[in-house]
Amino acid sequence: MTSATLTSGATLGSQRVSEDVRYHEDAIRLFVIAAVFWGVVGFLAGTFIALQLAFPALNLGLEWTSFGRLRPVHTSAVIFAFGGNVLFATSLYSVQRTCRQHLFGGEGLAKFIFWNYNVFIVLAALSYVLGYTQGKEYAEPEWILDLYLTVTWVLYAVQFIGTVMTRRESHIYVANWFFMAFILTVAILHIGNNVNVPVSLFGMKSYTFVSGVQSAMVQWWYGHNAVGFFLTAGFLGIMYYFVPKRAERPVYSYRLSIVHFWTLIFLYIWAGPHHLHYTSLPDWAQTLGMTFSVMLWMPSWGGMINGIMTLSGAWDKLRTDPVLRFLVTSVAFYGMSTFEGPLMSVKPVNALSHYTDWTVGHVHSGALGWVAFVSFGAIYFLVPVLWKRSQLYSMRLVSYHFWTATIGIVLYITAMWVSGIMQGLMWRAYDNLGFLQYSFVETVAAMHPFYVIRAMGGVLFLTGALIMVYNLWRTAKGDVRIEKPYVTTPHKATVGAA
Amino acid sequence: MAQNYKDELSGVETTGHEWDGLRELNNPLPKWWLYLFYVCIAWALVYYVFYPAWPLGKTYTKGILGYSQREELDTRLAEAKAGQAKYLTAIAAKSVDEIQKDKDLLGFAMAGGRSYFNENCAACHGAGGQGAKGFPTLADDVWLWGGASADIYKTIQHGIRSDDGDTRGTPNVGMTAFGKDGILNREQIDQVTDYVLSLNGKPADAGKVAKGKTVYDENCAACHGDAAQGSVAAGVDGVGAPPLKQANWLYGGDKQTLVETVTNGRAGVMPAWSKRLDDATIKSLAVYVHNLGGGK
Repeated sequence: MTSATLTSGATLGSQRVSEDVRYHEDAIRLFVIAAVFWGVVGFLAGTFIALQLAFPALNLGLEWTSFGRLRPVHTSAVIFAFGGNVLFATSLYSVQRTCRQHLFGGEGLAKFIFWNYNVFIVLAALSYVLGYTQGKEYAEPEWILDLYLTVTWVLYAVQFIGTVMTRRESHIYVANWFFMAFILTVAILHIGNNVNVPVSLFGMKSYTFVSGVQSAMVQWWYGHNAVGFFLTAGFLGIMYYFVPKRAERPVYSYRLSIVHFWTLIFLYIWAGPHHLHYTSLPDWAQTLGMTFSVMLWMPSWGGMINGIMTLSGAWDKLRTDPVLRFLVTSVAFYGMSTFEGPLMSVKPVNALSHYTDWTVGHVHSGALGWVAFVSFGAIYFLVPVLWKRSQLYSMRLVSYHFWTATIGIVLYITAMWVSGIMQGLMWRAYDNLGFLQYSFVETVAAMHPFYVIRAMGGVLFLTGALIMVYNLWRTAKGDVRIEKPYVTTPHKATVGAA
Repeated sequence: MAQNYKDELSGVETTGHEWDGLRELNNPLPKWWLYLFYVCIAWALVYYVFYPAWPLGKTYTKGILGYSQREELDTRLAEAKAGQAKYLTAIAAKSVDEIQKDKDLLGFAMAGGRSYFNENCAACHGAGGQGAKGFPTLADDVWLWGGASADIYKTIQHGIRSDDGDTRGTPNVGMTAFGKDGILNREQIDQVTDYVLSLNGKPADAGKVAKGKTVYDENCAACHGDAAQGSVAAGVDGVGAPPLKQANWLYGGDKQTLVETVTNGRAGVMPAWSKRLDDATIKSLAVYVHNLGGGK
């Protein structure tokens, strides 16, 4: 099935009406620009703090540039600034097309959301550097910024869900289920984890409403589902639109998409306690966190199967279309990290992996391999469309980006696996008289070479992103690089004729 | 409803819907996927039978194994303690010297001492006691407060210039700031530091050295000894003055550092560990440090 067949879809039945819809794209261009900008900022911050861990002198002896303050700048920049703007761009782009309806609230609302969200990002980053934090991972912004974000997020929900409700297609496409689950759940998580009592009306400082282990549990209910709904459900929405679109193939299984959607969102919300194994969290809560994580394995893999099997019949395109290669590799990384996650949630494994670099490696195989790669694929797809260009400036540069970034990820995650498992084994090593074999500082010294390798992985990943920036810049300008084209396979021609 | 459309490549029907050219095949759930999902659910259900799992108001389902993480921790800590009990009792009853004469106890104290040293002492004194600027090397035979095992034991217990009543030295009192306090002028400091350089075989001005010796005898010898042999060798108690001849410098032996030391004085501090570590641990540390290479 090629694009020719697809555009003739109008004759194949559905309720396609004759009038032409003018889709809103101005705000989406802004979101794409912001996504690329924050991506580079976030990767740069990540590479810098990776180097700080390897070479502590890079903390520069200043409070503003210390690791503790720059780490949330990195995590917020990549998750909320890069990932968030990608989600806004892709969801607001695809919802219009899959609903055959322009944005509810129009271009004005979309731009209002854009500016508010990105101002929030800047304010949050500044507040971290100045030392304001709630001390909750991935929920660092203080109460006043939380309120600001809540308003912006509600407007986004109104725009997205409003567009779905005014759709001109009878059914809601699977990507939109995932986007809606992401928007609604993130709203609930954000509010739930930020029920704070400000110390004063005009001060930044606040304290959480619940304390102790309850506070920790609320935090990891939030934290794990930030991964589950922000970085998984949202990005599965991207996958469900852009993979079949780019592969020009139908989604592999409608039934699988339903079953894995409902099981995924039902099971994910329970899995948070696995972040608190072997703490003062009650045993029963730890059990639930672990078992729901294991039951979550197949629902996660449902998305991977549907993503990868959508390519059946079009595997040859991986050779000739590096953009599709990004998309499909991202799904493969998704499958890998969603196997590793349940494994690490099993208590005896967690006893070794918890608090070590293994966790950091696990997060990054998902964040770099899945989230960033599916984002790169979608951005490479979107830029020529949004800037009305016939093609990207260079497919070869996309391929260079792909390989540079892939090698970077491999360096990163293998270094963290070795470092993390080594660290876990050193922490628990006893001699036959019952004394610890290694002091903490000895484990830190042993990790140094792996920290250097990890930082090199970060440099490669950042380099790949800079190649992308150049490619997108030239694409937007309308340039086309003179280069050897990827040979179109005969397969495509055959099907196209059918 | 839409008519169903068949995908030419796979021969599978689609659901009939189409969005922006996107369709969905009507493939069934992959069997292996479905069965593996059931296996995971079954495993969870079985786990609930054996382990604590579901909250019931103020209590919870305990599971037939009656497992409790807290109890497991207590049990394992008790086992670890029981395993060390006979050594710990013996160490408590003996002096540091006696411990070193008992082969079993020595082995235990060395293993424990190494572990405790790396957690508590290495941050200042370095792994293996190699020392750092301002923090004495513990692996050589220069001891500011005595290198016999009983001396080391006392130093660890009470610290140096610490807030402990039995501390070695006097809190906040160290080497006099000869320059800052106006006892010696710049010229005299220049002379006495050249004299100290000459004691260590370093180039020095012969005229200054001669005058410096006088300055030394009048101001420094009381603590550092007539022959610059250090307070311990000179038999001076309670000052911890290092030897200045053929010295292993604590702060540095170049001209500039020596001038700085004489001008501003020095007063190294070590905390009293008896407030943080139990007696058996401190004895093990004393044994370990005594055996690092320089114990007397």
